[in-house]
Amino acid sequence: MPILLSVQSLNVAYGDLQALWDVSLAINEGEVVALIGSNGAGKTTLLRAIAGLHRPLAGTVTFDGSPIQGLPAYRIVERGIILVPEGRRLFGGLSVLENLELGAYTRRARAKRAGMLQRVYDVLPVLAERKHQRANTLSGGQQQILAIGRAMMGLPRLLMLDEPSLGLAPMIVENIFEIVKMTNEQGVTIFLVEQNANRALELAQRAYILEQGRVVGTGGGMELLGNESVRQAYLGTIPTTDKT
Amino acid sequence: MSLESVMQTLLFGLFVGGIYGIAAMGLALVFGVLKVLNVAHGELLMFGGYISFWVFTTLGIDPFVSLLIGIPALFLTGLILDRVVFRHVVRLAGEEKIKNSLLISFGLTLVLQNLALRVFTADDRTIQVAYTGAGVSLFGVMLPFARLASLIIALVTILVIHFFLRRSYPGKAILATAEDWEAAELAGINIHRVYMMTFALGASLAAIAGTLVTIAYGISPTVGLAWTLKALIVVVLAGTGSILGAFPAGLLLGVVEALSGILVGASYREVIGLVIFLAVLLLRPQGLFGRT
Repeated sequence: MPILLSVQSLNVAYGDLQALWDVSLAINEGEVVALIGSNGAGKTTLLRAIAGLHRPLAGTVTFDGSPIQGLPAYRIVERGIILVPEGRRLFGGLSVLENLELGAYTRRARAKRAGMLQRVYDVLPVLAERKHQRANTLSGGQQQILAIGRAMMGLPRLLMLDEPSLGLAPMIVENIFEIVKMTNEQGVTIFLVEQNANRALELAQRAYILEQGRVVGTGGGMELLGNESVRQAYLGTIPTTDKT
Repeated sequence: MSLESVMQTLLFGLFVGGIYGIAAMGLALVFGVLKVLNVAHGELLMFGGYISFWVFTTLGIDPFVSLLIGIPALFLTGLILDRVVFRHVVRLAGEEKIKNSLLISFGLTLVLQNLALRVFTADDRTIQVAYTGAGVSLFGVMLPFARLASLIIALVTILVIHFFLRRSYPGKAILATAEDWEAAELAGINIHRVYMMTFALGASLAAIAGTLVTIAYGISPTVGLAWTLKALIVVVLAGTGSILGAFPAGLLLGVVEALSGILVGASYREVIGLVIFLAVLLLRPQGLFGRT
């Protein structure tokens, strides 16, 4: 599989506070890659830096063979990297349909807007049912679905999701993960940041572990799920002592 | 007091309010999208007014028709001001942005005002068109043509802006950027272009307001600050997040000021406006048309 996104020695700081230290990772075309780590590890910062919302101090981000670090965010969207940000960040005063339309703002996506809208409605029928409703009147789960639908309208090649299950009921979370899986099966590469590490590792072929701004581990999703120290640190399981 | 005189007062309130609404709309647009209080908005209005004055005086073109020159001129000025001045403050964070944007727009106010004093001199300028003072009488209420045309232009302008923001794709990009600039950028919107267009649009609205002010009252280099303040009061009345609410709030302020003129005396007109301003801030801080 060819490498789609490659991050090399990325350093990012907020003022004097450095959040990422020499972060390197690679995502292959067609993969689902998860990024796990505790709160404040720098997961969101990494996604935002890739998306162009933070200018890195040093390091490179290469997408499909060309460097993208330092480009403004809308140009990175144009290339096909789309971030579904933490907290969904919908245009709350606009309708579901308007949110979706705005998701296809780039020239590349605008040309295929009508066809893509139909596909999003087919895959996410709840959005078709509520297309004229104001986005901020949707339930939390529906808002997350809209956020993903808006991102799909931009024709992502790499879809990055920041905590898509945050604050949602378990059944809705299941639904969201289904949608992510389905999107991947349609050929979209996924980079997923999740608190719900258990569920993320089940879905991901590979994962990276980020701690205090550094990559401290990597491996296959199932492999990490089975790793005792990973289980203790991120999956909330108490070590079993009854085995003799 | 006769019914006619009350009707007359109400009507004049609407005439004045229409100008308030247009002046405030430009300020609200820039404030709502760039999150910058452009104190120099009144100076842009003043330049718009001078354009119609000079075009009328030198070329004899009707001030309403001269909008066809004033609007593009101020649109261009807005593009340049955004690119040269405001782009450098719009992406600053928090307090730094508030301080710097106020400083540079106050600075711009002084520059533009002194430029106008130098170029246009301090004289008050008025426009006397053939139909100045003419009008029709309807049920004993006087309708001056010039003021009526001003109100119609204000209403048409607002409809156009409303349609543009609510129905067109670039307009929706402006509203989206106003709501959440980061999310807008992540949707692929070039927000610096949105800021530039918005600022130019705000300046164009100032051109229209300036022309209407010149027709109604005349123009001088120092009128700017008073109009910025009036527009600011209207923006706060409407709610600082409500771009489209600025116009109805302007109409309301115009009518209330006019009515207070007959109820408590003309010398308290300005006071009534400020009293409403304070009352709204106390009782409904999100503004009359704002959402919490």
